[in-house]
Amino acid sequence: MIPLSWYLLLSAALFSLGVIGFLIKRNLITVFMSIELMLNGVNLSFVTFAHQWHLVKGQIFVFFVMVVAAAEAAVGLAIIIAIFRTRATLAVDRIDLMKL
Amino acid sequence: MHLVLFIVFAGLCLAGAINLLLQSHPINSALSLVVVMSSLAVLYLLLGAEFLAAAQVIVYAGAIMVLFTFVVMLLNAGREERTLGSRSAKAIGFPAVVAVLSVIATVILKAQGFTPVALSDNITSTADLSKVLFHELLLPFEVTSVLILIAILGAVALARPAHDERRGRTEAGK
Amino acid sequence: MTILQFFLWSLLKIIVVTVVLLMGVAYTVLLERKLVGRIQNRWGPSRVGPFGLLQPLADGAKSFLKEDIIPTAVYRPLYLLAPILSLGCALVSIAVVPFGSPNVQTDGGFRFFEISDVNIGLLVILGITSIGVYGIALSGWSSNNKYSLLGSLRSSAQLISYELALGLSLVGVVLRAGSLNLRSIVEIQSRHGILSWNLFGGFQFVAFFIYLMAAYAETNRAPFDLPEAESELTAGYHTEYSSMKFAMFFMAEYANMITVGCVATLLFLGGWTSPFGDLIPMPQVWILQAFVPIFWFVFKVFSFLFLYVWVRGTLPRFRYDQLMNFGWRYLLPLAILNIVGTSLWLAYK
Repeated sequence: MIPLSWYLLLSAALFSLGVIGFLIKRNLITVFMSIELMLNGVNLSFVTFAHQWHLVKGQIFVFFVMVVAAAEAAVGLAIIIAIFRTRATLAVDRIDLMKL
Repeated sequence: MHLVLFIVFAGLCLAGAINLLLQSHPINSALSLVVVMSSLAVLYLLLGAEFLAAAQVIVYAGAIMVLFTFVVMLLNAGREERTLGSRSAKAIGFPAVVAVLSVIATVILKAQGFTPVALSDNITSTADLSKVLFHELLLPFEVTSVLILIAILGAVALARPAHDERRGRTEAGK
Repeated sequence: MTILQFFLWSLLKIIVVTVVLLMGVAYTVLLERKLVGRIQNRWGPSRVGPFGLLQPLADGAKSFLKEDIIPTAVYRPLYLLAPILSLGCALVSIAVVPFGSPNVQTDGGFRFFEISDVNIGLLVILGITSIGVYGIALSGWSSNNKYSLLGSLRSSAQLISYELALGLSLVGVVLRAGSLNLRSIVEIQSRHGILSWNLFGGFQFVAFFIYLMAAYAETNRAPFDLPEAESELTAGYHTEYSSMKFAMFFMAEYANMITVGCVATLLFLGGWTSPFGDLIPMPQVWILQAFVPIFWFVFKVFSFLFLYVWVRGTLPRFRYDQLMNFGWRYLLPLAILNIVGTSLWLAYK
């Protein structure tokens, strides 16, 4: 028997670690991974609340988040490949111009 | 039992997330993210969401992260470099994030009425999940399928080499 | 049943099943070498023991005793992790496979012939298989060798593409059973023997064909063995591996074949039930009641493995673009059509 708030704390911690990663990482792919980490943190709190209130809709929201994350990963990685093809770098500091 | 499982997998989760930040090579970060996602799947299982646990492993750990490692391998991404941007982001970002985290944590700890969870109470069966998904939330479900279609088209359009390049090399960007 | 008893029984089951599975892996290798030998009009292994039956032991001893070479340019942590991951994922998925009659149980309802009964057993197998991709992807990347990298890139792309067709081909079966639990899927096929198998009575032969193709591609077997195509990539993703680490990849491949065979047996061929249904009544001896279902299960799995070897001995290898075209343009739409057809049939039955 453990209190549900522990799950919420874990989810908050994961989200914050994601934010930190988003801020300090300089590799485009790792920055993108930090976003996935944030999404996962939020998902955990959705599942926790679904358990707390005995509502299935919370879980379905997580399902939708997964779908969106999959779509986002496909498009995002395609953008990363396109960027790498024109700039030959993945460092976010070097990708600072709108035009080549 | 629940306590032991929670501590083990929450610990794995946090360790993976911290390792993601510490590693400088993207492939190590990607693998630690896989660890985070797999242990999250176990936590979902502890919370009675068994279908979501499976979906988490199949979709996140098995498809999305494979795509990430695939791209890291394809672009042969090396170690990242330290730059001015990262130092300033560290200096300002860390305190801000810690402040936000502490605010959230106090709110969570102050909030009352959280029931404790025991092992395997209130398991949501796949049938229950699909009843709600296909009755009440049918429209959002259909809209996500459109979203995925658009994402596929966008990915194909982006990953394709530009028109003049295409004659030179075939299938180079796949 | 106390929790200690539960743990002891489970441990015993895990050990027995793992040992049997590893023996099965070893003898599948022998079966393949023998059969391919016969297909190519030669003997196959015949020197070690009677009919070459001790050949797997000799092979095992050989790979144990070989020098374990780690090339200097590899990325060590992942290079060492990859074979473990591969073999681990291949072995773990057997845990949810029920391989015998569920009626054989202790008083506490503890079943002997499956390690665990999970509500979402089918999804567990799919999930573990999808984690197994990392073993191959990482081995190729960390080897720091162009052949390995090409092999593993091909393999990851192939696995991701065919996983869709594989997953969708199983939906028809799941629709018919109304459950993701492997035991209930088998039980719905048990009534009239071969006629109520999903393959025939469930009209899932299209799904079975798609599953067969996708499974060959998922396990990197001929005619889809492009990741390790000898003639172009030396050995693909495990080029840089030697001795026991190579043996682990090898065992993982065969363990995956057995898992795929188990899933095909459970989902399409009626699992542990007899193909004759009630025509041959079950004898009243308890030991036969316990072991006849296991015999049918093993028989079906090995027939499936025989098909595997037969296909390998017969068909030439596809080209890579043909492979991708086949997966995306034919198998995937066919699988979706099968889902639509099955749903319509079930709705208006």
